[in-house]
Amino acid sequence: MDFLNAIILLLNYIFVPALTYGSQLALGAIFVTIIYGILRFANFATGDMMAFGTMVTILITWYFQSIGISLGVLPTALLAIPFAIFFMIGYMLFVDKFVFRYYRVNKSPPVQLAMVSIGVMFVTQAVVRIIIGPSDRRFFDGEKFIIKAGEFKEMTGLNEGLAIKSSQVLTIFITLILVSILFWFLNKTKTGKSMRAYSDNEDLALLSGIDPKRVVMITWIIAGILATIGGALYGLDKSFKPFTYFNNMLPIFAAAIVGGIGNPFGAFLGGYVIAFSEIFITYAYKKFFMYILPESMEPETLVQLLSTDYKFAVSFSILVIVLLYRPNGIFKGKVL
Amino acid sequence: MAFFEGVKMTGGYGTGPDIINSCSINVNRGEIVSILGPNGAGKSTAMKALLGLINLKSGSIAINGKDISKLSPQDRVREGISFVPQTKNVFAGMSVEENLEMGAYLREGDYQNIIDEIYELFPILKEKRNQLVGELSGGQRQQVALGRALMIKPSVLMLDEPTAGVSPIVMDELFDHIIKVKRTNVAILMVEQNAKQALNISDRGYVLVTGENRYSGTGKELLNDPRVRSSFLGG
Ligand SMILES: Nc1ncnc2c1ncn2[C@@H]1O[C@H](COP(=O)(O)OP(=O)(O)OP(=O)(O)O)[C@@H](O)[C@H]1O
Ligand SMILES: [Mg+2]
Repeated sequence: MDFLNAIILLLNYIFVPALTYGSQLALGAIFVTIIYGILRFANFATGDMMAFGTMVTILITWYFQSIGISLGVLPTALLAIPFAIFFMIGYMLFVDKFVFRYYRVNKSPPVQLAMVSIGVMFVTQAVVRIIIGPSDRRFFDGEKFIIKAGEFKEMTGLNEGLAIKSSQVLTIFITLILVSILFWFLNKTKTGKSMRAYSDNEDLALLSGIDPKRVVMITWIIAGILATIGGALYGLDKSFKPFTYFNNMLPIFAAAIVGGIGNPFGAFLGGYVIAFSEIFITYAYKKFFMYILPESMEPETLVQLLSTDYKFAVSFSILVIVLLYRPNGIFKGKVL
Repeated sequence: MAFFEGVKMTGGYGTGPDIINSCSINVNRGEIVSILGPNGAGKSTAMKALLGLINLKSGSIAINGKDISKLSPQDRVREGISFVPQTKNVFAGMSVEENLEMGAYLREGDYQNIIDEIYELFPILKEKRNQLVGELSGGQRQQVALGRALMIKPSVLMLDEPTAGVSPIVMDELFDHIIKVKRTNVAILMVEQNAKQALNISDRGYVLVTGENRYSGTGKELLNDPRVRSSFLGG
Protein backbone atom coordinates (compact mmCIF):
# COMPACT_ATOMS: atom_id res chain seq x y z
CA MET A 1 0.00 0.00 0.00
CA ASP A 2 2.76 2.37 0.97
CA PHE A 3 4.56 1.40 -2.15
CA LEU A 4 1.50 2.27 -4.26
CA ASN A 5 1.20 5.55 -2.42
CA ALA A 6 4.81 6.32 -3.22
CA ILE A 7 4.23 5.66 -6.90
CA ILE A 8 1.12 7.82 -7.01
CA LEU A 9 3.06 10.55 -5.26
CA LEU A 10 5.75 10.51 -7.94
CA LEU A 11 3.17 10.35 -10.73
CA ASN A 12 1.30 13.29 -9.30
CA TYR A 13 4.23 15.57 -8.51
CA ILE A 14 6.86 14.52 -11.03
CA PHE A 15 5.69 12.45 -13.93
CA VAL A 16 2.54 14.22 -15.05
CA PRO A 17 3.84 17.76 -14.50
CA ALA A 18 7.16 16.94 -16.20
CA LEU A 19 5.45 15.37 -19.18
CA THR A 20 3.32 18.49 -19.52
CA TYR A 21 6.14 20.96 -19.02
CA GLY A 22 8.36 18.87 -21.33
CA SER A 23 5.76 19.07 -24.09
CA GLN A 24 5.63 22.84 -23.76
CA LEU A 25 9.42 23.08 -23.89
CA ALA A 26 9.56 20.64 -26.80
CA LEU A 27 7.40 22.88 -28.99
CA GLY A 28 9.61 25.86 -28.23
CA ALA A 29 12.76 23.83 -28.81
CA ILE A 30 11.56 22.60 -32.19
CA PHE A 31 10.82 26.21 -33.09
CA VAL A 32 14.40 27.22 -32.14
CA THR A 33 15.95 24.28 -33.93
CA ILE A 34 14.04 24.74 -37.17
CA ILE A 35 14.92 28.42 -37.39
CA TYR A 36 18.52 27.52 -36.65
CA GLY A 37 18.64 24.66 -39.12
CA ILE A 38 17.15 26.55 -42.02
CA LEU A 39 17.77 30.24 -41.45
CA ARG A 40 21.00 29.50 -39.59
CA PHE A 41 20.72 31.79 -36.61
CA ALA A 42 19.80 31.49 -32.95
CA ASN A 43 16.48 33.27 -32.59
CA PHE A 44 16.50 35.10 -29.29
CA ALA A 45 13.00 36.37 -29.93
CA THR A 46 11.63 32.84 -29.47
CA GLY A 47 10.23 33.38 -25.97
CA ASP A 48 8.63 36.70 -26.80
CA MET A 49 7.21 35.45 -30.06
CA MET A 50 5.54 32.71 -28.03
CA ALA A 51 4.24 35.37 -25.64
CA PHE A 52 2.90 37.32 -28.59
CA GLY A 53 1.06 34.26 -29.92
CA THR A 54 -0.40 33.61 -26.49
CA MET A 55 -1.51 37.22 -26.16
CA VAL A 56 -3.36 37.04 -29.46
CA THR A 57 -4.98 33.79 -28.32
CA ILE A 58 -6.10 35.49 -25.11
CA LEU A 59 -7.52 38.51 -26.88
CA ILE A 60 -9.53 36.31 -29.24
CA THR A 61 -10.63 34.14 -26.30
CA TRP A 62 -11.93 37.25 -24.51
CA TYR A 63 -13.77 38.28 -27.62
CA PHE A 64 -15.42 34.87 -27.93
CA GLN A 65 -16.35 34.93 -24.25
CA SER A 66 -17.83 38.41 -24.59
CA ILE A 67 -20.16 37.28 -27.37
CA GLY A 68 -21.05 34.15 -25.48
CA ILE A 69 -19.19 31.52 -27.47
CA SER A 70 -17.70 28.70 -25.44
CA LEU A 71 -16.60 25.11 -25.86
CA GLY A 72 -18.41 23.80 -22.80
CA VAL A 73 -16.07 21.64 -20.76
CA LEU A 74 -13.10 22.54 -22.96
CA PRO A 75 -11.32 25.88 -22.71
CA THR A 76 -12.55 28.53 -25.15
CA ALA A 77 -8.90 29.22 -25.99
CA LEU A 78 -8.85 26.05 -28.10
CA LEU A 79 -11.28 27.75 -30.45
CA ALA A 80 -9.17 30.91 -30.48
CA ILE A 81 -5.87 29.16 -31.27
CA PRO A 82 -6.52 28.59 -35.00
CA PHE A 83 -7.28 32.29 -35.49
CA ALA A 84 -4.26 33.27 -33.44
CA ILE A 85 -2.11 30.99 -35.60
CA PHE A 86 -3.20 32.82 -38.73
CA PHE A 87 -2.36 36.11 -37.11
CA MET A 88 1.02 34.87 -35.91
CA ILE A 89 1.96 33.51 -39.32
CA GLY A 90 1.25 36.97 -40.66
CA TYR A 91 3.40 38.46 -37.92
CA MET A 92 6.29 36.09 -38.63
CA LEU A 93 6.20 36.78 -42.36
CA PHE A 94 5.97 40.51 -41.66
CA VAL A 95 9.02 40.45 -39.38
CA ASP A 96 10.91 38.36 -41.89
CA LYS A 97 10.10 40.65 -44.78
CA PHE A 98 11.00 43.86 -43.01
CA VAL A 99 13.80 42.70 -40.72
CA PHE A 100 15.46 39.35 -41.33
CA ARG A 101 15.26 39.28 -45.13
CA TYR A 102 17.65 42.17 -45.51
CA TYR A 103 20.40 40.37 -43.60
CA ARG A 104 19.74 37.09 -45.34
CA VAL A 105 20.00 38.68 -48.78
CA ASN A 106 23.24 40.35 -47.76
CA LYS A 107 24.53 37.02 -46.45
CA SER A 108 25.23 38.48 -43.02
CA PRO A 109 27.03 36.19 -40.58
CA PRO A 110 24.82 34.22 -38.14
CA VAL A 111 26.00 36.29 -35.20
CA GLN A 112 24.62 39.40 -36.82
CA LEU A 113 21.26 37.74 -37.40
CA ALA A 114 21.21 36.60 -33.78
CA MET A 115 21.81 40.21 -32.70
CA VAL A 116 19.02 41.34 -35.00
CA SER A 117 16.74 38.79 -33.36
CA ILE A 118 17.51 40.41 -30.01
CA GLY A 119 16.19 43.64 -31.50
CA VAL A 120 13.06 41.83 -32.63
CA MET A 121 12.78 40.41 -29.13
CA PHE A 122 12.77 43.86 -27.52
CA VAL A 123 10.20 45.22 -29.94
CA THR A 124 7.95 42.17 -29.58
CA GLN A 125 8.26 42.35 -25.81
CA ALA A 126 7.30 46.02 -25.82
CA VAL A 127 4.32 45.47 -28.09
CA VAL A 128 3.02 42.69 -25.84
CA ARG A 129 3.36 44.85 -22.75
CA ILE A 130 1.68 47.80 -24.39
CA ILE A 131 -1.26 45.76 -25.56
CA ILE A 132 -1.93 43.39 -22.66
CA GLY A 133 0.35 44.59 -19.88
CA PRO A 134 2.99 42.77 -17.85
CA SER A 135 0.71 41.21 -15.23
CA ASP A 136 -0.21 37.60 -14.66
CA ARG A 137 -3.36 36.43 -16.45
CA ARG A 138 -5.37 33.25 -16.38
CA PHE A 139 -7.53 32.50 -19.35
CA PHE A 140 -8.45 28.90 -18.69
CA ASP A 141 -12.16 28.22 -18.57
CA GLY A 142 -14.18 25.02 -18.80
CA GLU A 143 -13.67 21.94 -16.65
CA LYS A 144 -10.42 22.28 -14.74
CA PHE A 145 -9.81 18.68 -13.63
CA ILE A 146 -10.17 15.34 -15.29
CA ILE A 147 -9.43 13.54 -12.04
CA LYS A 148 -9.47 15.43 -8.76
CA ALA A 149 -7.16 14.35 -5.96
CA GLY A 150 -10.09 13.84 -3.56
CA GLU A 151 -12.07 11.74 -5.99
CA PHE A 152 -9.03 9.63 -6.72
CA LYS A 153 -8.51 8.95 -3.01
CA GLU A 154 -12.11 7.95 -2.59
CA MET A 155 -12.02 5.71 -5.64
CA THR A 156 -8.84 3.88 -4.72
CA GLY A 157 -8.76 4.21 -0.96
CA LEU A 158 -5.14 5.38 -1.10
CA ASN A 159 -3.71 8.16 1.03
CA GLU A 160 -2.18 9.94 -1.92
CA GLY A 161 -4.39 11.59 -4.50
CA LEU A 162 -3.64 11.84 -8.18
CA ALA A 163 -4.92 15.03 -9.75
CA ILE A 164 -4.89 15.33 -13.50
CA LYS A 165 -5.75 18.73 -14.92
CA SER A 166 -7.43 18.95 -18.27
CA SER A 167 -4.79 21.47 -19.35
CA GLN A 168 -2.15 18.79 -18.78
CA VAL A 169 -3.93 16.20 -20.86
CA LEU A 170 -4.66 18.78 -23.56
CA THR A 171 -1.02 19.86 -23.65
CA ILE A 172 0.33 16.33 -24.03
CA PHE A 173 -2.34 15.30 -26.50
CA ILE A 174 -2.03 18.38 -28.74
CA THR A 175 1.78 18.27 -28.63
CA LEU A 176 1.85 14.65 -29.75
CA ILE A 177 -0.55 15.32 -32.62
CA LEU A 178 1.26 18.47 -33.72
CA VAL A 179 4.69 16.89 -33.55
CA SER A 180 3.50 13.79 -35.43
CA ILE A 181 2.13 15.96 -38.21
CA LEU A 182 5.33 17.98 -38.31
CA PHE A 183 7.56 14.91 -38.57
CA TRP A 184 5.30 13.39 -41.17
CA PHE A 185 5.59 16.64 -43.13
CA LEU A 186 9.38 16.83 -42.83
CA ASN A 187 10.05 13.18 -43.59
CA LYS A 188 7.38 12.19 -46.06
CA THR A 189 6.31 15.14 -48.18
CA LYS A 190 8.28 16.61 -51.04
CA THR A 191 8.18 20.11 -49.55
CA GLY A 192 9.27 18.84 -46.15
CA LYS A 193 12.14 16.91 -47.64
CA SER A 194 13.21 19.94 -49.63
CA MET A 195 13.40 21.87 -46.36
CA ARG A 196 15.63 19.20 -44.86
CA ALA A 197 17.75 19.24 -48.01
CA TYR A 198 18.10 23.02 -47.79
CA SER A 199 19.15 22.76 -44.18
CA ASP A 200 21.58 19.93 -44.95
CA ASN A 201 23.38 21.49 -47.92
CA GLU A 202 22.13 24.83 -49.09
CA ASP A 203 24.25 25.05 -52.26
CA LEU A 204 23.30 21.61 -53.48
CA ALA A 205 19.63 22.37 -52.70
CA LEU A 206 19.86 25.41 -54.96
CA LEU A 207 21.54 23.28 -57.65
CA SER A 208 18.65 20.83 -57.40
CA GLY A 209 16.20 23.64 -58.12
CA ILE A 210 14.79 24.02 -54.61
CA ASP A 211 13.37 27.51 -54.22
CA PRO A 212 14.93 29.16 -51.15
CA LYS A 213 12.13 31.76 -50.85
CA ARG A 214 9.56 29.03 -50.49
CA VAL A 215 11.65 27.16 -47.93
CA VAL A 216 12.04 30.32 -45.85
CA MET A 217 8.34 31.11 -46.06
CA ILE A 218 7.30 27.64 -44.91
CA THR A 219 9.83 27.82 -42.11
CA TRP A 220 8.16 30.94 -40.74
CA ILE A 221 4.72 29.40 -41.15
CA ILE A 222 5.81 26.43 -39.05
CA ALA A 223 7.38 28.86 -36.58
CA GLY A 224 4.08 30.74 -36.28
CA ILE A 225 2.17 27.54 -35.59
CA LEU A 226 4.67 26.30 -32.99
CA ALA A 227 4.96 29.67 -31.25
CA THR A 228 1.20 30.08 -30.89
CA ILE A 229 0.38 26.54 -29.80
CA GLY A 230 3.44 26.17 -27.56
CA GLY A 231 2.79 29.53 -25.91
CA ALA A 232 -0.94 29.07 -25.50
CA LEU A 233 -0.60 25.59 -23.99
CA TYR A 234 1.92 26.89 -21.47
CA GLY A 235 -0.38 29.79 -20.60
CA LEU A 236 -3.42 27.53 -20.24
CA ASP A 237 -1.57 25.15 -17.98
CA LYS A 238 0.16 27.71 -15.80
CA SER A 239 -0.68 31.33 -16.47
CA PHE A 240 0.25 34.01 -18.95
CA LYS A 241 2.91 36.40 -17.76
CA PRO A 242 5.12 37.86 -20.50
CA PHE A 243 8.25 37.81 -18.37
CA THR A 244 7.93 34.07 -17.72
CA TYR A 245 7.98 33.47 -21.44
CA PHE A 246 11.21 35.39 -21.74
CA ASN A 247 12.68 33.31 -18.89
CA ASN A 248 11.57 30.07 -20.49
CA MET A 249 14.01 30.68 -23.29
CA LEU A 250 16.81 29.21 -21.18
CA PRO A 251 15.23 25.75 -20.80
CA ILE A 252 14.01 25.94 -24.41
CA PHE A 253 17.48 26.63 -25.79
CA ALA A 254 18.90 23.99 -23.46
CA ALA A 255 16.40 21.49 -24.87
CA ALA A 256 17.30 22.40 -28.46
CA ILE A 257 21.02 22.04 -27.75
CA VAL A 258 20.66 18.82 -25.76
CA GLY A 259 18.83 17.41 -28.77
CA GLY A 260 21.54 18.57 -31.16
CA ILE A 261 20.75 21.96 -32.62
CA GLY A 262 19.15 21.62 -36.04
CA ASN A 263 17.66 18.23 -35.21
CA PRO A 264 13.88 18.56 -34.63
CA PHE A 265 13.40 15.09 -33.20
CA GLY A 266 16.29 15.71 -30.82
CA ALA A 267 14.70 18.99 -29.76
CA PHE A 268 11.44 17.18 -29.10
CA LEU A 269 13.14 14.64 -26.82
CA GLY A 270 15.35 17.38 -25.38
CA GLY A 271 12.25 19.15 -24.06
CA TYR A 272 11.44 16.14 -21.90
CA VAL A 273 15.05 15.64 -20.82
CA ILE A 274 15.16 19.19 -19.49
CA ALA A 275 11.70 19.08 -17.91
CA PHE A 276 12.29 15.79 -16.12
CA SER A 277 15.74 16.85 -14.90
CA GLU A 278 14.41 20.15 -13.62
CA ILE A 279 11.54 18.56 -11.72
CA PHE A 280 13.52 15.54 -10.50
CA ILE A 281 16.18 17.76 -9.03
CA THR A 282 13.92 20.35 -7.43
CA TYR A 283 11.36 17.94 -5.97
CA ALA A 284 11.36 17.38 -2.19
CA TYR A 285 11.42 13.62 -1.69
CA LYS A 286 10.74 13.57 2.04
CA LYS A 287 7.22 12.19 1.75
CA PHE A 288 8.33 9.65 -0.84
CA PHE A 289 10.94 8.25 1.54
CA MET A 290 8.42 8.25 4.38
CA TYR A 291 6.36 5.82 2.34
CA ILE A 292 9.09 3.47 1.25
CA LEU A 293 11.48 3.47 4.23
CA PRO A 294 10.79 1.97 7.65
CA GLU A 295 9.84 4.53 10.26
CA SER A 296 13.24 4.45 11.94
CA MET A 297 14.97 5.62 8.77
CA GLU A 298 12.65 8.47 7.93
CA PRO A 299 14.51 11.51 6.66
CA GLU A 300 14.49 14.64 8.74
CA THR A 301 15.19 17.09 5.97
CA LEU A 302 13.10 17.78 2.85
CA VAL A 303 15.47 15.65 0.73
CA GLN A 304 15.43 18.26 -1.98
CA LEU A 305 18.57 18.54 -4.10
CA LEU A 306 17.88 22.11 -5.14
CA SER A 307 15.27 24.66 -4.19
CA THR A 308 12.73 25.39 -6.92
CA ASP A 309 13.94 28.98 -6.91
CA TYR A 310 17.05 27.69 -8.63
CA LYS A 311 15.32 25.55 -11.23
CA PHE A 312 16.92 27.48 -14.07
CA ALA A 313 20.31 26.44 -12.74
CA VAL A 314 19.38 22.91 -13.84
CA SER A 315 18.85 23.85 -17.49
CA PHE A 316 21.90 26.01 -17.35
CA SER A 317 24.10 23.22 -15.97
CA ILE A 318 22.79 20.73 -18.52
CA LEU A 319 23.46 23.28 -21.23
CA VAL A 320 27.05 23.77 -20.11
CA ILE A 321 27.72 20.06 -19.67
CA VAL A 322 26.29 19.17 -23.08
CA LEU A 323 28.19 21.97 -24.79
CA LEU A 324 31.41 20.79 -23.18
CA TYR A 325 31.07 17.04 -23.72
CA ARG A 326 28.54 16.44 -26.49
CA PRO A 327 28.30 19.68 -28.47
CA ASN A 328 26.31 17.91 -31.19
CA GLY A 329 23.63 16.82 -28.76
CA ILE A 330 23.05 13.58 -26.95
CA PHE A 331 20.92 11.94 -29.61
CA LYS A 332 22.16 10.53 -32.85
CA GLY A 333 20.10 10.88 -35.95
CA LYS A 334 18.95 12.95 -38.82
CA VAL A 335 19.72 16.59 -38.72
CA LEU A 336 16.96 18.73 -40.14
CA MET B 1 28.24 25.44 -83.10
CA ALA B 2 28.47 23.02 -80.16
CA PHE B 3 25.47 21.94 -78.10
CA PHE B 4 26.71 23.55 -74.89
CA GLU B 5 29.41 26.16 -74.93
CA GLY B 6 31.06 28.89 -72.93
CA VAL B 7 32.84 31.44 -75.08
CA LYS B 8 35.68 33.67 -73.88
CA MET B 9 34.57 33.61 -70.26
CA THR B 10 36.39 36.02 -67.95
CA GLY B 11 35.62 36.50 -64.28
CA GLY B 12 36.32 35.62 -60.66
CA TYR B 13 34.80 35.54 -57.20
CA GLY B 14 33.04 38.67 -55.97
CA THR B 15 35.24 41.70 -56.46
CA GLY B 16 38.44 39.61 -56.41
CA PRO B 17 40.85 39.10 -59.30
CA ASP B 18 39.89 37.29 -62.49
CA ILE B 19 40.38 33.56 -62.01
CA ILE B 20 39.51 32.57 -65.58
CA ASN B 21 40.63 34.61 -68.56
CA SER B 22 38.99 34.38 -71.93
CA CYS B 23 38.37 30.70 -71.32
CA SER B 24 36.35 28.78 -73.91
CA ILE B 25 34.90 25.32 -73.46
CA ASN B 26 32.34 23.37 -75.42
CA VAL B 27 30.77 19.95 -75.49
CA ASN B 28 28.33 18.10 -77.75
CA ARG B 29 25.69 15.55 -76.91
CA GLY B 30 27.03 12.04 -76.63
CA GLU B 31 30.52 13.34 -76.00
CA ILE B 32 32.80 13.27 -72.95
CA VAL B 33 35.04 16.30 -72.63
CA SER B 34 37.66 16.54 -69.87
CA ILE B 35 39.11 19.66 -68.35
CA LEU B 36 42.62 19.10 -66.99
CA GLY B 37 45.21 21.31 -65.39
CA PRO B 38 47.20 21.90 -62.24
CA ASN B 39 45.60 22.62 -58.86
CA GLY B 40 44.22 26.12 -58.71
CA ALA B 41 44.15 26.49 -62.49
CA GLY B 42 40.52 27.52 -62.38
CA LYS B 43 38.92 24.29 -63.57
CA SER B 44 36.22 24.30 -60.93
CA THR B 45 35.76 28.00 -61.44
CA ALA B 46 35.18 27.51 -65.16
CA MET B 47 32.44 25.00 -64.37
CA LYS B 48 30.85 27.33 -61.88
CA ALA B 49 30.89 30.03 -64.55
CA LEU B 50 29.10 27.73 -66.97
CA LEU B 51 26.39 27.14 -64.39
CA GLY B 52 26.14 30.80 -63.39
CA LEU B 53 27.47 30.39 -59.87
CA ILE B 54 29.89 33.25 -60.44
CA ASN B 55 29.29 36.45 -62.35
CA LEU B 56 31.24 36.88 -65.53
CA LYS B 57 32.79 40.17 -66.64
CA SER B 58 32.64 39.11 -70.24
CA GLY B 59 31.93 36.10 -72.36
CA SER B 60 28.78 34.17 -73.08
CA ILE B 61 27.23 30.78 -72.47
CA ALA B 62 24.74 29.04 -74.73
CA ILE B 63 22.90 25.75 -74.80
CA ASN B 64 21.39 24.42 -77.99
CA GLY B 65 21.83 27.84 -79.59
CA LYS B 66 20.03 29.65 -76.77
CA ASP B 67 21.97 32.27 -74.85
CA ILE B 68 21.70 31.55 -71.12
CA SER B 69 24.36 33.98 -69.87
CA LYS B 70 21.78 35.97 -67.95
CA LEU B 71 19.93 33.06 -66.36
CA SER B 72 20.21 32.15 -62.67
CA PRO B 73 21.75 28.76 -61.78
CA GLN B 74 18.28 27.36 -61.00
CA ASP B 75 16.98 28.40 -64.39
CA ARG B 76 20.00 26.79 -66.04
CA VAL B 77 19.18 23.58 -64.18
CA ARG B 78 15.71 23.86 -65.71
CA GLU B 79 17.36 24.07 -69.13
CA GLY B 80 18.75 20.60 -68.47
CA ILE B 81 22.22 21.34 -67.08
CA SER B 82 23.12 19.23 -64.07
CA PHE B 83 26.17 19.82 -61.93
CA VAL B 84 27.98 17.65 -59.40
CA PRO B 85 30.25 19.91 -57.36
CA GLN B 86 33.71 18.89 -56.20
CA THR B 87 32.83 19.03 -52.49
CA LYS B 88 29.60 18.66 -50.53
CA ASN B 89 27.88 17.03 -53.48
CA VAL B 90 25.33 14.98 -51.51
CA PHE B 91 22.77 15.59 -48.76
CA ALA B 92 24.69 13.75 -46.05
CA GLY B 93 21.85 13.78 -43.52
CA MET B 94 19.32 12.25 -45.89
CA SER B 95 18.84 8.73 -47.17
CA VAL B 96 20.03 7.56 -50.59
CA GLU B 97 16.49 7.54 -51.94
CA GLU B 98 15.78 11.01 -50.55
CA ASN B 99 18.90 12.31 -52.28
CA LEU B 100 17.59 10.99 -55.57
CA GLU B 101 14.16 12.48 -54.89
CA MET B 102 15.75 15.87 -54.30
CA GLY B 103 17.50 15.53 -57.65
CA ALA B 104 14.03 15.18 -59.18
CA TYR B 105 12.71 18.23 -57.35
CA LEU B 106 12.04 20.12 -60.58
CA ARG B 107 10.31 17.18 -62.25
CA GLU B 108 6.58 17.26 -62.41
CA GLY B 109 4.67 14.07 -61.84
CA ASP B 110 5.93 10.62 -61.06
CA TYR B 111 9.65 9.89 -61.12
CA GLN B 112 9.74 6.43 -59.61
CA ASN B 113 10.73 4.97 -63.00
CA ILE B 114 13.78 7.27 -63.11
CA ILE B 115 14.78 6.17 -59.62
CA ASP B 116 14.51 2.58 -60.83
CA GLU B 117 16.74 3.41 -63.80
CA ILE B 118 19.34 4.88 -61.45
CA TYR B 119 19.17 1.77 -59.28
CA GLU B 120 19.79 -0.32 -62.36
CA LEU B 121 22.82 1.82 -63.17
CA PHE B 122 24.12 1.74 -59.58
CA PRO B 123 22.87 -1.51 -57.98
CA ILE B 124 24.65 -0.76 -54.70
CA LEU B 125 22.40 2.26 -54.20
CA LYS B 126 19.31 0.10 -54.34
CA GLU B 127 20.73 -2.03 -51.57
CA LYS B 128 21.46 1.04 -49.45
CA ARG B 129 18.38 3.02 -50.42
CA ASN B 130 17.31 3.74 -46.83
CA GLN B 131 20.75 4.41 -45.42
CA LEU B 132 21.98 7.91 -44.62
CA VAL B 133 24.38 9.05 -47.31
CA GLY B 134 26.76 10.40 -44.66
CA GLU B 135 27.27 6.78 -43.60
CA LEU B 136 28.30 5.52 -47.06
CA SER B 137 31.82 5.00 -48.38
CA GLY B 138 33.40 7.68 -50.55
CA GLY B 139 32.86 5.72 -53.76
CA GLN B 140 29.23 5.02 -52.92
CA ARG B 141 28.75 8.65 -52.10
CA GLN B 142 30.07 9.64 -55.54
CA GLN B 143 27.49 7.30 -57.06
CA VAL B 144 24.76 9.01 -55.07
CA ALA B 145 26.03 12.39 -56.27
CA LEU B 146 25.98 11.17 -59.85
CA GLY B 147 22.56 9.61 -59.39
CA ARG B 148 21.12 12.81 -57.96
CA ALA B 149 22.40 14.79 -60.92
CA LEU B 150 20.90 12.30 -63.37
CA MET B 151 17.42 12.51 -61.87
CA ILE B 152 16.41 15.52 -63.98
CA LYS B 153 17.43 13.62 -67.13
CA PRO B 154 19.94 16.32 -68.00
CA SER B 155 21.15 17.05 -71.48
CA VAL B 156 24.41 18.38 -70.04
CA LEU B 157 26.14 16.77 -67.08
CA MET B 158 29.04 18.58 -65.43
CA LEU B 159 31.18 16.55 -63.02
CA ASP B 160 33.84 18.15 -60.87
CA GLU B 161 36.32 15.39 -59.98
CA PRO B 162 33.84 12.51 -59.87
CA THR B 163 36.58 10.05 -58.89
CA ALA B 164 38.19 12.11 -56.13
CA GLY B 165 39.29 9.90 -53.27
CA VAL B 166 38.12 6.55 -54.64
CA SER B 167 40.17 3.41 -55.21
CA PRO B 168 41.37 2.54 -58.73
CA ILE B 169 38.77 -0.21 -59.07
CA VAL B 170 35.90 2.05 -58.08
CA MET B 171 37.33 4.71 -60.35
CA ASP B 172 37.10 2.32 -63.31
CA GLU B 173 33.54 1.50 -62.30
CA LEU B 174 32.59 5.15 -62.10
CA PHE B 175 34.13 5.80 -65.50
CA ASP B 176 32.12 2.86 -66.85
CA HIS B 177 28.99 4.45 -65.48
CA ILE B 178 29.91 7.77 -67.01
CA ILE B 179 30.37 6.09 -70.39
CA LYS B 180 26.93 4.49 -70.01
CA VAL B 181 25.45 7.90 -69.34
CA LYS B 182 27.21 9.32 -72.38
CA ARG B 183 25.59 6.61 -74.54
CA THR B 184 22.19 7.99 -73.55
CA ASN B 185 23.12 11.07 -75.60
CA VAL B 186 24.10 13.30 -72.70
CA ALA B 187 26.85 15.90 -73.10
CA ILE B 188 29.39 15.26 -70.33
CA LEU B 189 31.94 17.76 -69.13
CA MET B 190 34.27 16.67 -66.38
CA VAL B 191 37.22 17.92 -64.41
CA GLU B 192 39.67 15.18 -63.51
CA GLN B 193 42.93 14.76 -61.65
CA ASN B 194 43.38 11.22 -62.95
CA ALA B 195 44.29 12.73 -66.28
CA LYS B 196 45.43 9.63 -68.18
CA GLN B 197 42.38 7.56 -67.35
CA ALA B 198 40.10 10.51 -68.00
CA LEU B 199 41.64 11.17 -71.40
CA ASN B 200 41.30 7.49 -72.25
CA ILE B 201 37.53 7.70 -72.07
CA SER B 202 37.25 11.28 -73.32
CA ASP B 203 36.42 12.33 -76.83
CA ARG B 204 38.16 15.64 -76.32
CA GLY B 205 40.02 17.51 -73.62
CA TYR B 206 41.18 20.95 -72.55
CA VAL B 207 44.23 21.79 -70.50
CA LEU B 208 43.71 24.91 -68.43
CA VAL B 209 46.60 26.85 -66.89
CA THR B 210 46.06 29.98 -64.79
CA GLY B 211 42.55 30.30 -66.10
CA GLU B 212 43.44 30.16 -69.79
CA ASN B 213 43.11 27.48 -72.42
CA ARG B 214 46.61 26.10 -72.91
CA TYR B 215 46.12 22.96 -75.01
CA SER B 216 43.11 21.29 -76.48
CA GLY B 217 42.40 18.37 -78.77
CA THR B 218 41.03 14.87 -78.88
CA GLY B 219 41.78 12.56 -76.01
CA LYS B 220 44.36 10.69 -78.09
CA GLU B 221 46.10 13.83 -79.30
CA LEU B 222 46.53 15.14 -75.76
CA LEU B 223 47.70 11.76 -74.49
CA ASN B 224 50.36 11.65 -77.18
CA ASP B 225 51.35 15.32 -77.07
CA PRO B 226 54.87 15.39 -75.52
CA ARG B 227 54.34 18.83 -73.95
CA VAL B 228 51.13 17.74 -72.24
CA ARG B 229 52.74 14.45 -71.25
CA SER B 230 55.74 16.01 -69.60
CA SER B 231 53.97 18.74 -67.68
CA PHE B 232 50.57 17.24 -66.84
CA LEU B 233 50.59 13.51 -67.24
CA GLY B 234 53.75 12.84 -65.31
CA GLY B 235 56.06 11.65 -68.13
N1 LIG C 1 34.92 30.65 -53.38
C1 LIG C 1 36.08 31.22 -53.74
N2 LIG C 1 36.33 32.51 -53.42
C2 LIG C 1 37.48 33.12 -53.79
N3 LIG C 1 38.44 32.52 -54.48
C3 LIG C 1 38.27 31.24 -54.84
C4 LIG C 1 37.08 30.52 -54.48
N4 LIG C 1 37.17 29.27 -54.97
C5 LIG C 1 38.35 29.21 -55.60
N5 LIG C 1 39.02 30.38 -55.54
C6 LIG C 1 40.34 30.67 -56.11
O1 LIG C 1 40.26 30.47 -57.50
C7 LIG C 1 41.43 29.84 -57.98
C8 LIG C 1 41.05 28.66 -58.83
O2 LIG C 1 40.34 27.74 -58.04
P1 LIG C 1 39.59 26.48 -58.64
O3 LIG C 1 38.83 25.87 -57.54
O4 LIG C 1 38.86 26.88 -59.86
O5 LIG C 1 40.83 25.57 -59.03
P2 LIG C 1 40.83 24.12 -59.65
O6 LIG C 1 41.47 24.22 -60.97
O7 LIG C 1 39.49 23.51 -59.61
O8 LIG C 1 41.82 23.39 -58.65
P3 LIG C 1 41.75 21.93 -58.02
O9 LIG C 1 42.34 21.00 -59.00
O10 LIG C 1 42.63 22.05 -56.81
O11 LIG C 1 40.33 21.62 -57.68
C9 LIG C 1 42.27 29.48 -56.77
O12 LIG C 1 43.35 30.38 -56.70
C10 LIG C 1 41.36 29.68 -55.60
O13 LIG C 1 42.06 30.24 -54.52
MG1 LIG D 1 38.56 22.08 -58.48
